[in-house]
Amino acid sequence: MSDTEKRDRGLLRVGVDECKGCGLCMDACPPKVIGMSERLNHYGYRTATYAGKGCTGCGICFMVCPEPGALTVYKLAKVPMVAAGTGVTGVS
Amino acid sequence: MSNEMIPDYEVAHGKSKAFYERYERKGELHHQTHYCPGCGHGNVSKMLARAIDELGIQDRTILINPVGCSVFGYYYFDVGNIQAAHGRAPAVATAVKRSRPDSVVVAYQGDGDLAAIGSGEILHAANRGENITVIFVNNGIYSMTGGQVAPTTLLGMKSLTTPQGRSVANEGYPLHVSELLATLEAPVLIERVGLGDAKQIVQATRAIKRAVENQVRGLGFSLIEVLSPCPTIWKMSALDAQHWVRDVMEKTFPLGVFCDRTKEAHPRLQPAPAPALAELPRILGVADDDLPEGHPYPGKRAEEVDLHVRVAGFGGQGVLLLGEVLAEAGLDAGLEVSWLPSYGPEMRSGTSNCHVRLSTKTIDSPLVVLPDVLVAMNEPSLRKFDDSVRPGGWVIYNGDTFPEDCKRKDVNVLALPFTDIAHELGDARVGNMVMLGALLEIANALPQTSIDAALGRLVKNPKWVALDERALERGRALLKESLLEV
Ligand SMILES: Cc1ncc(C[n+]2csc(CCOP(=O)(O)OP(=O)(O)O)c2C)c(N)n1
Ligand code: SF4
Repeated sequence: MSDTEKRDRGLLRVGVDECKGCGLCMDACPPKVIGMSERLNHYGYRTATYAGKGCTGCGICFMVCPEPGALTVYKLAKVPMVAAGTGVTGVS
Repeated sequence: MSNEMIPDYEVAHGKSKAFYERYERKGELHHQTHYCPGCGHGNVSKMLARAIDELGIQDRTILINPVGCSVFGYYYFDVGNIQAAHGRAPAVATAVKRSRPDSVVVAYQGDGDLAAIGSGEILHAANRGENITVIFVNNGIYSMTGGQVAPTTLLGMKSLTTPQGRSVANEGYPLHVSELLATLEAPVLIERVGLGDAKQIVQATRAIKRAVENQVRGLGFSLIEVLSPCPTIWKMSALDAQHWVRDVMEKTFPLGVFCDRTKEAHPRLQPAPAPALAELPRILGVADDDLPEGHPYPGKRAEEVDLHVRVAGFGGQGVLLLGEVLAEAGLDAGLEVSWLPSYGPEMRSGTSNCHVRLSTKTIDSPLVVLPDVLVAMNEPSLRKFDDSVRPGGWVIYNGDTFPEDCKRKDVNVLALPFTDIAHELGDARVGNMVMLGALLEIANALPQTSIDAALGRLVKNPKWVALDERALERGRALLKESLLEV
């Protein structure tokens, strides 16, 4: 079994400075892998949190999120670049 | 948050390039928009930004921002930005698009902005089929000002100004803007979409891109109405507001395409370019020999001129013509001039007045508030403007006697029965020219050739020109006589 197979297809990053905690992503996420933080951020909002696994990379949370930079959804690259030195795929 | 790189993963959905990385807002609010949590304006902005990215038009996009909660679009969109007066975005967009046809012009408007104060602008822009894109965010309320009723507020919906709910008897029915505009012949695409759930949001994203793409293809007017949640004013959670769009709002405002001529539309014809300046005399039918021959006063004049004149009387006395001849003569003499008429709706009778300025310098405002010379053709005009004359200035009054209570120690007066004098000359109607003659003598700023040229251009009948010339001459003489009397 290669690395790729074990990994989730998708991955979510939440910008804590940008999220205002409206909760729309939580509701819309099909596999329900988004929760809400207990702690308040710098601006006084609770913010969305990613469960850490289970994201399919569908992008629905991004679509429903009103804040331009609050969420970034990643997808596992089709051809993972493990070549020495790069370790990173091109960002499309 | 910039689109950070993560090993073996690539960004599938991230912040659009059409947005600034940081927003130049006040305080430390550089990371986030000013929109409330769950506000649909954010989603719509993201859709527009995405369309700009995907069509590769960031460098030539000009966003016309409205008045309303979305007024701050210019903080977020890294494109050309203009902020229009309330409701006027389609008019501003028209001007921008026509003067810069290669730009992609997007008017972004709320429902108060577009459907209330700006209902005229949107109707005519759509009817002209301007090649612009309009994004119409309908949240059924005036949000920025705290929740007053809008033309689009649902029946029964409570607002600050409809505390018992909107009623047909008081506020009429909700205005169906998309349906109305779709009755016009010119628009290319009119569609209503919603932000009521993820599925609707995907469709809205598509529609907005099409509306921008139509413009890029030169097809003409496209408008997308977006039913959009405003959790704050609706006093709902973000999720309830989202679902309210789908479950309630949509019943009054059904989603759908109301007009789609994308397939049969041809790239819109550009309005004809303005003709070359040299062509104008021919187009306007003005013969070359009517035109001034260069500047009689090239470069700096020996004497600076800065003349402020107010002419007032009743309609039919030739108030406006007097001002026009003065301004036209100034123009002929190479001066900067302005002529601003001001009159009521009556064609005859009623009062009328005009402001005239002649200057060797650029004129800052055509308004004359402190005239050097007031030409008052009747007593009401004298009473109205007498106080405004600059100390040391002149009042030329059409009347035998100057009303005692209007006398000022600090101004010069020439009061004569100009109408009667004109009658003796041949026609009472040239009283205005007799008064102008006196004024020209006082101002002493214009050569006779310029006055002749102005008369020739403004008065078509040679008989009248001859009479006017005599009247002017008489006016000059009367002024000189009055100076000798003193
Ligand atoms: C000429 C003028 N009249 C009135 C106002 C006050 N005003 C500001 S925003 C607004 C309405 C905004 O409602 P809408 O267009 O629906 O935008 P929203 O805030 O709901 O997004 C009004 C009436 C103004 N700024 N200028
Ligand atoms: S008041 Fe309503 S429309 Fe305005 S920013 Fe807040 S949620 Fe959006």
